[in-house]
Amino acid sequence: MLRYTINRLLLMIPTLFGVAVLVFVLLRLMPGDIVELRYLMDGGQVSPEVLAQERARLGLDKPLWEQFVDWITGILVGDFGVSMWTGRPVWDEISSRFQLSFQVAIMATILATIIAIPLGTLAALFKDTWIDRLIQVFAIAGLAVPSFWLGMLIILGLLLTFNWIPPLTFKPFYEDPWHNLSQLIWPALAVGYRYSAVATRMTRSTILEVLQEDYIRTARAKGVFERLVVSRHAMRNAMLPVVTVIGLEFAFLIGGLVVTEQVFNLNGIGKLFVETVTRADYTMVQALVMLVATFFIVINFLVDLLYAALDPRIRYR
Amino acid sequence: MSKFAVSAALTAAVALMPAVADAQTPKRGGELRFAVSAEPPDYDCHAATSFAFIHPVRPHYNTLLKFDPANYPKVVGDLAESWEQSEDGLTYTFKLKQNVKFHDGTPLTSEDVKASYERIRNPQGGARSIRQAVYEDIDSIETPDEHTVVFKLKKPNASMLTNFASPWDCIYSAAKLKEDPKFPERNILGTGPFKFVEHAAGSHWVGERFEDYHVEGRPYLDSYRAIFITNTAARVNALQAGEVLSEFRGHSPADRDKLVNALGDKVEVFESPWICSLVVTFNTEKKPFDDARVRRALSLAIDRWQGAEALSKIALVRHVGGVLRPGFELAATDKDLEQLPGFGRDINAAREEAKKLLAEAGVKDLSFKLMNRNVPMPYTPVGVYLIDQWRQIGITVEHDQPETAAYISNLRSGNFEAGLDFHCDAVDDPNLQLAKYLSADRSPINYSRAKDAKLDELYEAQKGELNVEKRKQILREFEQHALTEAYNIPVVWWHRIIVNWKQIKGWHMSPSHYLNQDLQDVWLDQ
Repeated sequence: MLRYTINRLLLMIPTLFGVAVLVFVLLRLMPGDIVELRYLMDGGQVSPEVLAQERARLGLDKPLWEQFVDWITGILVGDFGVSMWTGRPVWDEISSRFQLSFQVAIMATILATIIAIPLGTLAALFKDTWIDRLIQVFAIAGLAVPSFWLGMLIILGLLLTFNWIPPLTFKPFYEDPWHNLSQLIWPALAVGYRYSAVATRMTRSTILEVLQEDYIRTARAKGVFERLVVSRHAMRNAMLPVVTVIGLEFAFLIGGLVVTEQVFNLNGIGKLFVETVTRADYTMVQALVMLVATFFIVINFLVDLLYAALDPRIRYR
Repeated sequence: MSKFAVSAALTAAVALMPAVADAQTPKRGGELRFAVSAEPPDYDCHAATSFAFIHPVRPHYNTLLKFDPANYPKVVGDLAESWEQSEDGLTYTFKLKQNVKFHDGTPLTSEDVKASYERIRNPQGGARSIRQAVYEDIDSIETPDEHTVVFKLKKPNASMLTNFASPWDCIYSAAKLKEDPKFPERNILGTGPFKFVEHAAGSHWVGERFEDYHVEGRPYLDSYRAIFITNTAARVNALQAGEVLSEFRGHSPADRDKLVNALGDKVEVFESPWICSLVVTFNTEKKPFDDARVRRALSLAIDRWQGAEALSKIALVRHVGGVLRPGFELAATDKDLEQLPGFGRDINAAREEAKKLLAEAGVKDLSFKLMNRNVPMPYTPVGVYLIDQWRQIGITVEHDQPETAAYISNLRSGNFEAGLDFHCDAVDDPNLQLAKYLSADRSPINYSRAKDAKLDELYEAQKGELNVEKRKQILREFEQHALTEAYNIPVVWWHRIIVNWKQIKGWHMSPSHYLNQDLQDVWLDQ
């Protein structure tokens, strides 16, 4: 297990290096540059000399390989540089948004899990009955409705019914729990619904599959209560793919709530992503992609480790 | 009655309200919350170009002069108590107010003004300035005493007083600039009505009343909070819910109508022509746009008068104008405009002439791409309108809307045939607005790549002409030549619409979203 863990950790290095090369090259292939955007987007009358000075100041006049080496060597010593747009350290920009995105992701995951596992199990146990069909309708609607659209409906519903919208600025839970929850519960609901729909369908299908297994039939033949058959024998095995889905969805939520964060005016990683890509802020986009890629890789790794905990038959070498 | 008619009627009804509001006794206190649709990258006025900077940052600073909020374009003193201009227009002497302090308690002196303007016209030590050209006519800045500043010019410049009222020319502390010329990039230290409290990146900006502000009894507000909301729908929802009381850049007609219908008499609507225009730029290095007849034909095919009226119902444009904002004292009147190519009232005659010009130029079945900015308001509807206008003389045009970064890059590199360009300025000033039409080697914003010595000569002539009537004549000649050659053709001027909650008092509409944002006289009726 230890060897497997070390191997997986070492494998992360070439994977992340590949991501770094890819994002660096792709960004440079995009038309336009941050200096033109910053000074000309609002119609500024800026001379080519000033634009050239600014490019030099940002290091954009250096050869590409030199820019790449500067960036990679910075990463190796934990320095991701400064945002080309604001001049502030990249990690200051990201950390001030990360807390919000992380909390929404956790809230959405809790909501999705609370909804999906009971509903998926019920649907499997009452397969082809009206209960199953009702749950299927709920799940398919969740898949069909984009989160941002549901978010817009929630906002409009709150606005038209209560003449109220969620707070526009973020306060951490420990500072003001009521303000915090009244801002984040709505996006968590909008995102959590789709998330729960995916997990509900996965739970249903895996439980149905597990319920056909010989050991379940044996347990039933031994006279074990149905409740115990399901909760102790079926659920545990059925949870492996569900955990994978939940893990991947969680990783997606960090940085993936691009439109939903715009709709709710959430100052999160997704909104930052859009803004930095639009501004061609290379250092910020590079850092964000690396962050999200690292998050995906780590979550995948943790999910694999969780497999072993859930299923004693799985042993990694 | 249509929604538009309702809002138009309301608009007319509220047009006089600011005057009524000002007659009330201002109340002290409260926090003004307003939305800003973008965020300033840093804090340096001298390197800024965006309203996203002005709206949150301007309340921290003063400028030498400013535009009278209630009487645009009258110039009044901000830090200057009085000023004199020599008869030959070569010397400007400013007497500064005596009791002005920076937010750290240090007094303002003429050295601070000199250091700030020296930084603008000749930045040193890594500082940035993007308005060096505006002050290229200044020969020297002298400070005979602590409260007098004298600007000496190399040659007369008819726009000099307007320049001194520019909202971008914040006065910084000379001592701080001496320590670090880049100090203003990341620090706020001004003499303005509000002290800096907080900038939460991506979220909001807060300022609080400066108790030692030099204007007695001002500011009225305890504080202000600028909330960054990039999504248009979220911004309108926030305004409707009262989470913010204003958004000072401008709304589309549809958003105005939505807010008026939802909030009724709780809001006031302010409308004004805007110092922003949409201009079609032809790439004169690409055929057939190297031929003035083709460019002029394309200009003649556009029915600007009908178009402005129709587009005003769906987009934030409304006014037909030439190279200067319609309504500006130096701009062409409607009568003047009607004499210019493409501005006649008889569109059928104009289109016949356009067809003749195309035939003379040997151009048949013309088709090209119109590159437009991928921003719905007002670019997309105006682009669609243009394509329809050109279709009516048999021209096929494809609408190409790349992202803003690619759009700007294409304009600058010449990777386009025709582009729907824009031009926005903080103030009405021929020196600024005519830059779009100067030779490309003189003007960084003339993307047509054309060079025209006559336009350059006329530009210099009007710039140095201190007599208003003579300057107007030169401007008319410039306009006639620019629109006949048609390297760049103005299509329609923007229309600014602001919807404020009625609690906001003392704020005045102007034709620029860069002006009247120091919040010095704004108060809340609550």
